[in-house]
Amino acid sequence: MEKKRFTLSIFTENTVGLLTRITLIFTRRKINIESLTTSASEIDNVHRFTVVFNSSHENAIKVLKQIEKQVDVIKCFCYEDQDIIFQEIALYKVSIHNLHEGNEVENIVRKSHARILAAQPDFLVIEKTGHEYETHELYEQLKPFGLMQFARSGRIALAKERQEVSAMLRDLAENSI
Amino acid sequence: MTNTLSGKSQGNEVPTKKKVTGAEAVVLSLLEEGVDILFGYPGGAIMPVYDELYKYQDQLKHVLVRHEQGAVHAAQGFARVTNDVGVCIATSGPGATNLITGIADAMIDSTPLVCITGQVAKHLLGTDAFQETDVVGISMPVTKWNYQVTKASEIPEAIAKAFYLAKSGRPGPVLIDITKNAQFEEFDFEYKKCEKVRSYKPVEPAEESTLEEAAKLINEAKKPYILVGQGVILSEAQKEFIEFVEKTGAPVASTLLGLSAVSADHPQYVGYLGMHGNYGPNVKTNECDVLIAIGMRFDDRVTGDLSRYAKQAKVIHFEIDPAEIDKNVKTDVAVIADAKEALTRLLPKLENRTHDAWLEEFRACDRLEEEKVHVNDFAPDTKKPKMAEVVKMLSEMTEGKAVIVTDVGQHQMVTTRYYEFRQSVSNVTSGGLGTMGFALPAAIGAKFGKRDREVVMIAGDGGFQMTLQELGTIMQEKLPVKILILNNSFLGMVRQWQQMFFERRYSFTEMDNPDFVKLAGAFDIEAMRVSDRESLHDGLTAMLNSEESFLLEVVVEKETNVFPMIPTGESVSNVRLE
Repeated sequence: MEKKRFTLSIFTENTVGLLTRITLIFTRRKINIESLTTSASEIDNVHRFTVVFNSSHENAIKVLKQIEKQVDVIKCFCYEDQDIIFQEIALYKVSIHNLHEGNEVENIVRKSHARILAAQPDFLVIEKTGHEYETHELYEQLKPFGLMQFARSGRIALAKERQEVSAMLRDLAENSI
Repeated sequence: MTNTLSGKSQGNEVPTKKKVTGAEAVVLSLLEEGVDILFGYPGGAIMPVYDELYKYQDQLKHVLVRHEQGAVHAAQGFARVTNDVGVCIATSGPGATNLITGIADAMIDSTPLVCITGQVAKHLLGTDAFQETDVVGISMPVTKWNYQVTKASEIPEAIAKAFYLAKSGRPGPVLIDITKNAQFEEFDFEYKKCEKVRSYKPVEPAEESTLEEAAKLINEAKKPYILVGQGVILSEAQKEFIEFVEKTGAPVASTLLGLSAVSADHPQYVGYLGMHGNYGPNVKTNECDVLIAIGMRFDDRVTGDLSRYAKQAKVIHFEIDPAEIDKNVKTDVAVIADAKEALTRLLPKLENRTHDAWLEEFRACDRLEEEKVHVNDFAPDTKKPKMAEVVKMLSEMTEGKAVIVTDVGQHQMVTTRYYEFRQSVSNVTSGGLGTMGFALPAAIGAKFGKRDREVVMIAGDGGFQMTLQELGTIMQEKLPVKILILNNSFLGMVRQWQQMFFERRYSFTEMDNPDFVKLAGAFDIEAMRVSDRESLHDGLTAMLNSEESFLLEVVVEKETNVFPMIPTGESVSNVRLE
């Protein structure tokens, strides 16, 4: 079965342990989670998990159904990359000592639409927001200068479709005590 | 994230209010839910609740088991025969972990349970304190929901939610872990039953369009075939189901947990499905044109090789849990609903049909099975009786009307093949998890649930020894459970597989057993051993005539195999008869 990259947007109650319940569904099927973020959503007391993973379409739907069946999960949506606007953030720490004369790094930063987040006597911290291939490209460009540290966040994503998630969640919120 | 019982709304009952400890709140909450019996084992972290149980013992019976696994299986047995929530209670650490097998068993067999565990005090959580285990973490994959209470005031809401979740929709086990400080704290107790949880949709009405599609397929089918699962029993839809079966005129076969939903003597009942099921029900799956599955989940023991399962048929799946749709078998029409509701609305859309020629094809298979299998199962060419003979005789002597609680193994498959269930809600067994040691404690729970019915547990010598300490519970409660041990001094099913697939290398499956009759005597339980065919009837008579608990050990033929059999990974068409 052909594997693709899928992104799940999971709207949940704000409860302890739900993260484990959600990840267990991947674990038992031995599906590796590429990235996972969790945060507040647009609705008070409703949280959003964004999970990225590779799987066949058939298995992605089975995972979605098993997640949606969890008591504290309100709704789960499954997307392919073309269905969503998504971003990740990457931070790069570059040693000042490795920078040569001139403004080579500054040019790289400018061209890649990154920005210098912090400049310390010993190092620079550069921030880049984008898709994984974009943050990776900047990683490759900065590597010759000696990357001291690198970190990339998980994906956050919003659906392109004019979906009524907010309205649906508000309805749910209003109809419960 | 915050630790709250969020997303819950309450019912309309007028709350009662009084100042109580958390421990008393546990007992009062159980009483509010109508609980009158629970199975458990005390220990340090649950002692405050036990102290309250002492006070309330005239209203809430506590059955002291001999191991926490016994408590959870007893609660399962109770739940299965009453269609109500079974309740068990244990202390923290080992007490809680000993529940896990039964919880996993209840999860896979959709049995409603509320399990209450004690926990170390809140300030000790995470410190590896004495008898601390993260039971919420451990039980997460095998519970429908679980929650740790750290404040007394959370107890009523947590327990109300637990009962609602355990019983509604697709039933399942829930666990409430209560820290010791929460059991001591005082608060103003008030109780409101839970009737709704924001993020939880237990069941929705069937979509009219799917019912129309299902009816059309069924009305036009030339060879319709119905598979019945436990969902029909759980939704108490037996009456509607029989009407459905009779209107369609279709043959009906049962899954392991669906057994007893249809009386074995119904003219359209064709038998039992699956790896050790009947011949016809298996092979005909690959010949029907419309397969109608109701309240079952296409377990791999039923389907065998999925790539060769009912490929020629249109599949209609009636199922309460949307996650089961297309999980194993791709469906053409999925009716996501409670079986009773769906069948009630489907019935008027169906035309009266008969399918005598198609039904006759199953009967031809039956004759072949009789010729190839029954002759071996019943022919008295062996010195010792065979399991099938014992079960058939028991079936006849009880007129198929006892509650039969089986353990796991050959005796279980033989029982499901040869006990002719004539009354619904009579089959209690461990299906999905296949838990050896299930039967004895589950029979205790079943007997407490149905005091007016004969409860006979059937176990092999292996499984019986996994939980035999529960004879102590039977002794203490003077509970008239009938214990039938089919003793072949082997782990029979494993031995059968070793014989068939591992060149008869009987690796650690032969057992030296204790004297079961003497053992029963030590627990003050009357017992008898039967080793020959001639004494079998007398032995069963003595067991069934006894008004107290009675252990009957039948020494059966040592090496017999259970056929038919679909070897693992094979198609249902490739049922082996010998």
